Amino acid sequence: MTDTALASAPSADPARKGRMIVYVVALLIGLALAFAPFLFQDVRSNQVAARICVFIVLAASYDLLIGYTGIVSFAHTMFFGLGAYGAAIALKSMGPGWDAVLAGGVAGVVLAAILAVLIGVLSLRVKAIFFAMVTLAAASVMMVLASQFSDFTGGEDGIVYSAPALFKPAMKLMTDDAGKVVKLFGVSMNGKIAAYYFVFLTCLVLFLALMRIVRSPLGTVLEAIRENEMRAEAIGYRVVAYRTSVFVIAAVIAALAGTVWAVWLKYTGPDTTFSFAIMIDILLMVVIGGMGTMVGAVIGVVLMSLAQFYLKDLMEAAAQATANIPLLPDLLDPDRWLLWLGLLFILLVYFFPAGIAGTLMKKGGH
Amino acid sequence: MSKPAHIAAMFDRIGGVNALPVVLMIIALPLIGSFSSWVTLTVAGLAMGMMIFLMASGLSLVFGLMDVLNFGHSAFISFGAFIAASVLAWLAAWVGADSLTLNFLALFAALGAATLFGLAAGWFFERVIIKPVYSDHLRQILITIGALIVSEQIILAVWGGSPIPVPRPALLEGSFVIGDVAIEVYRVFAFFLGLAVFIALTLVLNRTRIGLLIRAGVEDREMVEALGFRIDRLFIAVFMTGSALAAMGGAMWAGYQGLISGALGGEMMILVFIVVIIGGLGSIEGSLLGALLVGLLGNYVAFIFPKLALASNMILMMAILLWRPWGLRPAVGK
Amino acid sequence: MSDYVLRLDDVHTDIGDYQVLHGISFNVPQGGVHVLLGRNGAGKTTTLRTIMGLWRARSGAVVFKHHDITAMHTSDIARLGIAYVPENMGIFGGLTVQENMRLATATGGFDDGRLGHIFELFPAMEKFWDKPAWSLSGGQKQMLAISRAIIEKRELILIDEPTKGLAPSIIRAMIAAFEEISRDTTILLVEQNFLFASSLGRNVCVIDDGRIAHSGRMEELVADKDLQTRLLSLSLDAHQ
Ligand SMILES: Nc1ncnc2c1ncn2[C@@H]1O[C@H](COP(=O)(O)OP(=O)(O)OP(=O)(O)O)[C@@H](O)[C@H]1O
Ligand SMILES: [Mg+2]
Repeated sequence: MTDTALASAPSADPARKGRMIVYVVALLIGLALAFAPFLFQDVRSNQVAARICVFIVLAASYDLLIGYTGIVSFAHTMFFGLGAYGAAIALKSMGPGWDAVLAGGVAGVVLAAILAVLIGVLSLRVKAIFFAMVTLAAASVMMVLASQFSDFTGGEDGIVYSAPALFKPAMKLMTDDAGKVVKLFGVSMNGKIAAYYFVFLTCLVLFLALMRIVRSPLGTVLEAIRENEMRAEAIGYRVVAYRTSVFVIAAVIAALAGTVWAVWLKYTGPDTTFSFAIMIDILLMVVIGGMGTMVGAVIGVVLMSLAQFYLKDLMEAAAQATANIPLLPDLLDPDRWLLWLGLLFILLVYFFPAGIAGTLMKKGGH
Repeated sequence: MSKPAHIAAMFDRIGGVNALPVVLMIIALPLIGSFSSWVTLTVAGLAMGMMIFLMASGLSLVFGLMDVLNFGHSAFISFGAFIAASVLAWLAAWVGADSLTLNFLALFAALGAATLFGLAAGWFFERVIIKPVYSDHLRQILITIGALIVSEQIILAVWGGSPIPVPRPALLEGSFVIGDVAIEVYRVFAFFLGLAVFIALTLVLNRTRIGLLIRAGVEDREMVEALGFRIDRLFIAVFMTGSALAAMGGAMWAGYQGLISGALGGEMMILVFIVVIIGGLGSIEGSLLGALLVGLLGNYVAFIFPKLALASNMILMMAILLWRPWGLRPAVGK
Repeated sequence: MSDYVLRLDDVHTDIGDYQVLHGISFNVPQGGVHVLLGRNGAGKTTTLRTIMGLWRARSGAVVFKHHDITAMHTSDIARLGIAYVPENMGIFGGLTVQENMRLATATGGFDDGRLGHIFELFPAMEKFWDKPAWSLSGGQKQMLAISRAIIEKRELILIDEPTKGLAPSIIRAMIAAFEEISRDTTILLVEQNFLFASSLGRNVCVIDDGRIAHSGRMEELVADKDLQTRLLSLSLDAHQ
């Protein structure tokens, strides 16, 4: 409805331009990630790039819920954690092999799907607003369980394990005649590279799958439901069934991202998976990037990840500069960066609820 | 009469859902085994339930009246707890004094400061955070989450990240001992404070014109306006009261725990959500019922299977959602 | 001019993205029952809700006596002396009959004379005085909704389809009640039941697709069968 109105309005041209900008930025990010090991050759950057890949999938699958379906879940990190813990527990107990990744990943994904069905059926049939509360409760219970059943999960300490042999730094993907690792553009073709491209490619596939889903007939139905739930119901869509299936799809993708994350990190603990801080991160990423756009997730994740580094540096400097004033240094402490992000977030939801990508795509680039 | 129908009829005769806490108490007795432990746990459960009731009732009413779900509600709980802790620490001389009057004054000051803060913060929160996003659930959730993040960070900035001790007024220390059963004074106080608030709320809701308007507004906001009343003014009053009660509950909880950290708000919020879902959004009686169930079950299970305490409440919530999707005692019409 | 209680002037109302009213204008003179007719979905309820301020007019004016109420808050509109009986009756099921009526008074107290009068018109109200309103039957709920509108003196009562689903005997009682009420209060009535509408109405407006399709005196419409068929696609027997 709004789309057609916009298309005929004089703002159509800037909107197209805005869309272009958004897609070009997303494409550049994609290219940067594709060549990250060559572009940024230190360990830390590699780590950041892999994290961005995984979080793009996580945020995009969350966008499927919040942006395309209009339901707010706080259980996304729970599913992410299930996938991660599945792989981690299997890798720890079965040894570092692909069989363990597969078995653990599948177990985590299946558990995530079952839980998603259960939560969806129980709470979505009543009122969507229950859903946010129920998922929040479920996620925190899962977090407590993970820390209490420490025989399995390693409790607060988490689990350390080895990844499959292919990803070991000592693994030689390409050797020259002398049997030494080949360097391409200054980058050794060892297991680290393999691990990064494993992360990059699986995340790319998952992201493309999500793009496919929102462009499919299912995406159209979801849009109809989001626009006017009552009307959609009246037309005959089974709203609860659709919402539950989307919730399950998002849960499965989050769990898969968790498995990938666990394989990359070789460590799984509450702080890297279940924590509520990560849930808030994802929420901020999607809203800042732009709900209901998918590419917004890409932009949001990159911005947040960069902000996490640079905003902290900036605050560090500001805190030192104001060291003599009471309270202010406490508020400017780098550990308080979420305070400022929170404020920014509130302003954003007020003034630009469509987020960066959404605002650009609607109003044009100026 | 078939068997399920028979059971259902019996259930209704003993008081329907209202009897659930009592049923739970009776079932717990043989499982726990020792009578004195059972009494201790039951008192702890009831006290905890009443404190959670304080925190939950406002959230539930606010939702019932305006369809506003405030995810930042736990900020009031945290602030209440920390403010009470600060006031008690500041009045350490009164708190430790061997005088009932000074003890009382310290307690009164702590609860009063927390409650007043709740009122003021509630007003600010409603005007600045909630009002612009009435009737838009998604943005409501997002904005209140944003406010929650900011509040938690402010608490961290002001009170620091490490747990702080909460001094308890001397008059609330110690226990009543009856035979081999010891009952902590603080728990009894918490129980009766919660009960007093419940009675006061019930009286206001059922006996006053404002209460009548609130009950009507929970059912049909538009019609209340069409009868000539400003629902938004009513709402801000309810919101402020709910925030004040949450802060009071947080203050009580701080004294109960003796040691509080920034995580307190988040932990209580989970219980509060479970309580309002179990009880049914929009009803005070439902909140009380849900809170007592959660308090009792939490304490019993913590004794019998320590690891499952929180999970048990989750399972209770799931079971009740299956049985009554709208909660045990939802407000009529919701 | 000023002998009109209510005047709508080229009112346009949108609901969400839909334009529902495309310029409604009519005048309601002082006293008597005036009727809005129209097919399902024509915009009758929307018109009443716009008058009440429950939907906002995008353009045009709603004038009550000499107050421009177009942009007023619903509660202020009500306080000027307009009562609204919505299509779903707007009964508070969890409240008793007494509490429902008490809410409709300005001070919370009843005028014994008026209350006695209501009990005469609708004896069921006295009988169920302290019962929760959800326990009333559909017709009794409708009576409660109307009682609530007349428990205090109003200038104008907006009533949306009071006869929906009522038995003929109750409708007859309702006609008598309305005749009585309309002696000192103006009533703007939305109605599908043409028999009911025609036996009460003084003036009539027919709304179709958000526009005024016809307005005039009720007798003329009753007399002109062709006009009826054209405007309402109904004949009198269709409703028997
Ligand atoms: N809440 C709403 N959202 C969207 N469209 C609405 C809404 N309410 C009414 N409409 C639309 O506005 C139009 C007029 O509705 P309205 O309720 O005024 O009709 P009506 O004349 O009262 O019909 P009826 O005789 O069936 O009560 C209809 O086409 C309807 O679909
Ligand atoms: Mg209608």
